[in-house]
Amino acid sequence: MFRVLLASLLLSAPAFAADAPPPMRPGPGLGVFLGKCGICHTYAYIRMNSTFLPPNGWLAEVTKMRKAYGAPVSDEDAAQILQYLESQYGVSAKP
Amino acid sequence: MVPALVGGYGAFPAPLGLPVVVGAALFGVGIVLGTGCGFGTGRYAGAAAPDLALQVSSETVSGVYQMNRRDLLASIGAVALAGGPATAADEPWLSPLLPDGTRAEARFSRLPGKKPLIQLTDRPPNFETPIEAFRTAITPNDRFFVRYHLANIPSTDALKGWRLTVGGDAAEREVALSHADLDALPQVEVTAVCQCAGNRRGLFSPHVPGVQWGYGAMGCATWRGPRLKDVLAKAGVTPGALEVWLDGQDGPVLPQTPDFRKSLPMAKALEERVIIATAMNGSPLPHLNGFPARIVVPGWTATYWMKHVTAIEVSSKPLDNYWIHKSYRVPAGMFAVDLPFLTQNDEAAWPVTEIVVNSLVAYPIEGMRLPEAGFTVQGVAWDRGHGIRRADVSLDGGKTWQQAILGDDFGPFAFRAFSFKTGKLPLGPLIVSSRATSNAGETQAETLRSNPAGYHNNVPQQIAVTVA
Repeated sequence: MFRVLLASLLLSAPAFAADAPPPMRPGPGLGVFLGKCGICHTYAYIRMNSTFLPPNGWLAEVTKMRKAYGAPVSDEDAAQILQYLESQYGVSAKP
Repeated sequence: MVPALVGGYGAFPAPLGLPVVVGAALFGVGIVLGTGCGFGTGRYAGAAAPDLALQVSSETVSGVYQMNRRDLLASIGAVALAGGPATAADEPWLSPLLPDGTRAEARFSRLPGKKPLIQLTDRPPNFETPIEAFRTAITPNDRFFVRYHLANIPSTDALKGWRLTVGGDAAEREVALSHADLDALPQVEVTAVCQCAGNRRGLFSPHVPGVQWGYGAMGCATWRGPRLKDVLAKAGVTPGALEVWLDGQDGPVLPQTPDFRKSLPMAKALEERVIIATAMNGSPLPHLNGFPARIVVPGWTATYWMKHVTAIEVSSKPLDNYWIHKSYRVPAGMFAVDLPFLTQNDEAAWPVTEIVVNSLVAYPIEGMRLPEAGFTVQGVAWDRGHGIRRADVSLDGGKTWQQAILGDDFGPFAFRAFSFKTGKLPLGPLIVSSRATSNAGETQAETLRSNPAGYHNNVPQQIAVTVA
């Protein structure tokens, strides 16, 4: 229901949407990324840190979040998050 | 200290006058979603169902007032100053050197009690001061930058019963001090630059990860409060004291995340001008600049200027945590310091402590069209406490330099404003730069001294403008 509400809001307000933060790009792993990384911080951190990180760059960030910050992310989730970040916000995804 | 989850950043009142209907509606969505997953307990929405609605709620629940960029530029006078629409850059207030993702992300937004600042992230809040605020030596409180590592930020309500505990294993006793206790001590005023170590990280080439700051993760204010050494004396410093450990009331969202704590070497902590500020430019500290009290360490980067400080420990041991051992470090010896942090230095890396000499051109800004009759370059220069000897301006990208006129002297730790009248100019493009020289003879780096975490960028700007 919220999605429907949200979609209608966005569609009815192009002026605001143009000035809102860009949404996260769709892609495999988005769901895991949103659920885990959003616990502690805004997704703006990812968009802001694009598009320049090589694959080992995003790996280092994910590892730092798990090891240094204690992010509750399993190995399986980490692999999905990493795949999402590399494919959508890594240097290879540069527009 | 891991604070109780009472009234975090998400508990701000909604800003007045949300101007856009949909802005208000989205804000409403944020609240609705947030209620189900911790909003009001001090946490943001974010731990629940990963869907797109949640994604949007996280971005808008902060109570940030999103402004249309054109309105904002008009309100700060940037368009008028430019003498017409900027042509060389569509977002003249954002450096073209920033990552493309940062340029798409950054926007002017208004935090409670603040004029519009450049928002890079909303949770935790990281907002920088627009360049045009740096034409004077003192940065107003409502333009002062905001930087938090962790999103659990005490509300003003949660800070009402604020007490400062002073003790530690190298203190004679533990005492709890109130605001009135601090006010009863001799008061010291110091005008000093508070600058994030990572200011200008976003301009690194190649880019390094972190908050992609442009030029505005800094400000200069007149801070007032008791000396830290007088506060330490309340607890009594014993001969075994090695460091002073600092903690603030803000903390992590999850208990397993290391709380943000820092330490100072005793020699620094006991300096006359290191204070616990309870006032900033003649007013109480703004909430998001550390109300009701923050540590002020003139000449050192802002990471030591603990906000909402609640606990000070005089310790016989070096602090051992992520924030001092793993982050905020620079390659050993890369940047000059007068007072080495010996208990935290190792062979490879030192803590990032003393600010590097630097300057900023606040006018003109990138992409401006300027008159043939000339214009006045304005900006500020600063260093780690030796004071500014001179500032120079270049109109040819750094090939030739001419001495600028220095403004009032607010002391060795403050911004020193400078100005330079160009005189009549040939038509065409110009590259404007500035360069500061300190009383120690130090000047800005000609090329970036690259370091993994992106600290201490003091390469002169190259601001492209057009005389037309």
